[in-house]
Amino acid sequence: MRQFDQELRDLRDGILSMAGLAEQMIDLTSQALSERSRAKSDEVLALDRNLDEWELKLDRLCVDMLALRAPAATDLRLIASSLKIVPELERIGDHCCNIARRATYVHPPILSSGSLERLAQETRSMVRMAVDSFIGSDAGLARTVIQADDSVDALYGSIYRELLRLMMSDPLCIERASHLILVIKNWERIADQATNIAEEVLFILEGRSAKHTYLQDNPVE
Amino acid sequence: MEIDDPRPIPEPARLAVPPPQSGLRPAAFEQPDLPLTDPSVLTAPIMVKVERLNLFYGEKQALFDINLSVARNSVMSFIGPSGCGKSTLLRCLNRMNDLIDDVRIEGRALLGDADLYAPETDVIALRKRAGMVFQKSNPFPKSIFENVAYGLRIQGEGNSKVLEEAVERSLMGAGLWDEVKDRLKDSAQGLSGGQQQRLCIARTLAVRPEVILMDEPCSALDPIATARVEELILELKRDFTIVIVTHNMQQAARVSDHTAFFWMGKLIETGLTEKMFTNPGQRMTEDYITGRFG
Repeated sequence: MRQFDQELRDLRDGILSMAGLAEQMIDLTSQALSERSRAKSDEVLALDRNLDEWELKLDRLCVDMLALRAPAATDLRLIASSLKIVPELERIGDHCCNIARRATYVHPPILSSGSLERLAQETRSMVRMAVDSFIGSDAGLARTVIQADDSVDALYGSIYRELLRLMMSDPLCIERASHLILVIKNWERIADQATNIAEEVLFILEGRSAKHTYLQDNPVE
Repeated sequence: MEIDDPRPIPEPARLAVPPPQSGLRPAAFEQPDLPLTDPSVLTAPIMVKVERLNLFYGEKQALFDINLSVARNSVMSFIGPSGCGKSTLLRCLNRMNDLIDDVRIEGRALLGDADLYAPETDVIALRKRAGMVFQKSNPFPKSIFENVAYGLRIQGEGNSKVLEEAVERSLMGAGLWDEVKDRLKDSAQGLSGGQQQRLCIARTLAVRPEVILMDEPCSALDPIATARVEELILELKRDFTIVIVTHNMQQAARVSDHTAFFWMGKLIETGLTEKMFTNPGQRMTEDYITGRFG
């Protein structure tokens, strides 16, 4: 195997390692929330350092390859998109930390049964699909992720409205509801990160941007 | 974020990395159906057009059914592995292959409206319209001035004022005037390699061609001289149409508007250079420009 091919493989493996970490943090964050677990919150915060380390390592690898290998075509698209995917994964970790820090402040539950868990589950599913689309070079799956974001946005909106109603009807729950608004906002942002990753996967696979389709003549099908 | 308890990095959940997509399967390759012209140049005025061109050295076919258009005032790069036919095609564009015994050419090559291989074509006049710059600079053992004036002199131009103007204009066009204006009578052999190559370009410019054909013009130059010639190419395309053969992929990416990739005498793909280097349409092109060819 050429040295450059090995470096590209290292990059893909590194992104998969980051994705594995991000998914692990999402699972721990969900558990910390549902179990009101300080220990799991701490575990999430600790894992974030690993994601940060990976980000620095992969940033350096990408810049080195751009400088030394003069990549073209698929190689160039993989490296250019990796420079965007890596920060998205790192941000997922940051959002998990933001949620995990509030795990002990949102109890006892005030939301209707299951809506918060459903938001977490749908978001987690989007991240998994985005990563799978990267691993499997699956453009169809990447498009599914992009479409799924609307569902998460709608769910976020409905929970947000429910929290507003709760705060207006019972001032005693305002503190918990305020924390919950930030929690759901962070879940919703993680879904956005998954969408951004899926858009980059489409760019790697198809060579044209899937972003801001309202500005372009290349709508996501 | 402050973290005091870093944990070992866990193994990723899935490491099923697909195998790198590389390697050619020449046996399975079939030339794709190519449009007669690259769509991206269809709207531009065409300076060079090649239609269904086949070239044979004796029994051996070296070019297969080539269709290609080069827009006026643009730079087209020919890339491909050694022996793919890119230099052979370049030489077809000013009939330099005529100098080789046993060459047979079928199809058409047009320079503007002129059919290069029509029986009535004046080959000498044609070569004035399509100047050539070679891999190795080849200044004549004459002064700098006489090197540039040579083409005009053999056309019968004897007026010293006309010659002086032409030499100055050509040396300025080649970006060499400021470096040699005080030593025009010095031998051209005393110039550096990069200067000699630019002198050869000036010699080509002196006869006011419409097309400049460059066959690996920078392969013998250092990076600084190469950069100067590349800058010159970008300036020259304002007034000329340029076709350049290069083995340097980054050079093709830097200087050309369009790129054509050849393999074993066949034109595999041509298109806008940005497209060719970021998202080529053919797998063979991808493998070649990413260094996975063969």
